[in-house]
Amino acid sequence: MKGKPLASIVSAGLSKFGKLEGRYSREIFLEAAREAFCRCPNLDPKRDVKALFVGQMSESFEHQGHVAPSLSDWMGLVRIPATRIEAACASSGAALRCAIFAIMSGIYDVVAVGGVEKMTHRATHDVTEYLAMASDFPMEQWHGITFPAIFGLIATAHMHKYGTTEEQMAMVAVKNHHHGCFNPKAQIQTEITVKQVMESRPVAWPLKLFDCSLISDGASCLVITKPGIARRFTDTPVDIVGTGQASDTIGLYERDDMTFMQVARSAAKQAYEMSDKTPRGIDVAEVHDCFTIAEIVAYEDLGFCAPGEGGKLVEEGETRLGGRIPVNTSGGLKAKGHPVGATGIAQASEIYLQLTGQAGARQVKNASTGLTHNIGGSGATGVVHIYRRRG
Amino acid sequence: MFTSIGDGANVDSSPPPTLESFYQFCAEKKLVAARCKSCKAILLPPRVLCPRCSSTDIQWMKLKGTGRLLTYSVVHIAPLAFQSFVPYPVGIVLLDEGTKLPGIVRVEPRDIRIGLKLKAAFESSRSHKWPSWARYFFVKADSS
Repeated sequence: MKGKPLASIVSAGLSKFGKLEGRYSREIFLEAAREAFCRCPNLDPKRDVKALFVGQMSESFEHQGHVAPSLSDWMGLVRIPATRIEAACASSGAALRCAIFAIMSGIYDVVAVGGVEKMTHRATHDVTEYLAMASDFPMEQWHGITFPAIFGLIATAHMHKYGTTEEQMAMVAVKNHHHGCFNPKAQIQTEITVKQVMESRPVAWPLKLFDCSLISDGASCLVITKPGIARRFTDTPVDIVGTGQASDTIGLYERDDMTFMQVARSAAKQAYEMSDKTPRGIDVAEVHDCFTIAEIVAYEDLGFCAPGEGGKLVEEGETRLGGRIPVNTSGGLKAKGHPVGATGIAQASEIYLQLTGQAGARQVKNASTGLTHNIGGSGATGVVHIYRRRG
Repeated sequence: MFTSIGDGANVDSSPPPTLESFYQFCAEKKLVAARCKSCKAILLPPRVLCPRCSSTDIQWMKLKGTGRLLTYSVVHIAPLAFQSFVPYPVGIVLLDEGTKLPGIVRVEPRDIRIGLKLKAAFESSRSHKWPSWARYFFVKADSS
């Protein structure tokens, strides 16, 4: 299995991310699916696409459970099996694994996999409550520990153990906003400064408003195939060569150390071994920056730097476009936006664009290997994928 | 209090090691954990199956309720039920028995720091809606 393609991405699509007023999830998902289909003229969706796997975190936003059949119906494929996968903010990362397994089983040659969330029509306190459902209800939510506060607990522990600073966390936000300026799909396309982050209002100290990812509407969609037939659909397939997933206790408090995520380390190890890659071999990565501290922890868990050196890595510009390992060239969850169920596949979509030379002004030169890191809750689910350009 | 829960046969009337029972004890102003009789692991919250050794031979264990603060955050944006308390500190406390518990820390935000000695206290009012769990919280160990 080492280094062999598991499945191949032949197309990717993304809706605009942002405040998409007056549109329901299935309508937003169609925008992403249509872009994926239009980008791949050799694909006849009605003939070729045999199943849909879709990530969505919460039925609370739109009072709509059982979303998957509504999405396949709206994309013109009402009869295909359509299944929703839920793993909080890692929902569509987990859906991608299901899609890969569906291809590898030999049952399907071509499947669609995506994600969608519609969030901005809800009041902030409702969004706060729905997102908190990704953490433990009896011991965390019940005690007023909000989702930002969970990451505040991680940030305080990281600052205490390693001396990571609020300024270094702010630099993650500044970098990702800079990258977002080059992504027309990003929710926010303006630069910000460390001072602006530091002076933004507190949400859950030490995290301030500009340390938090955005409340967003958006959808993402990929078409993946059996590796052997990918060239029927495109001259530039991207092979998925590694996949890893792990779980941990749902409560942050039950873990021995709150300065890293065991799920990310474990999922990364699985994906690195399967793909025969090392952290040094990654040219571009999309990581789960739901809060700025999460990106710093991700650098360390993925092996881009040693534990405790994530703050320094961003400070030295190593993860900026032009740096040693550009991270979140899309703008990340911070600037591109974080419609939670759509995020895992949106990350894969950015890597697809990077590895096929379609990333425009944010293109990483000669990128041939990419990685995505998608986290659910406070790290109860972690999903890592590794991708390689064909040829 | 150190009662045994039978493995299989209902040998006494002590409550099952569930979340509901944990909060029933909180309503009596008692902080408890479950302990695996086989491997001695402390299970907080209580569980029916020991995740370490898979034993179902579980007993109750009273906790002193004292410990020190491992990490914290100060909540400024809260869901509706907590909005009247902002800004309020929350944290994870390492109890003297060696197990951890998260909760609200009723300390002035400017006084909060890692290592602070804390003790558990209990709210007296309870909601009538599900879940009507009695909340514990933490205060400075030197205040009564």
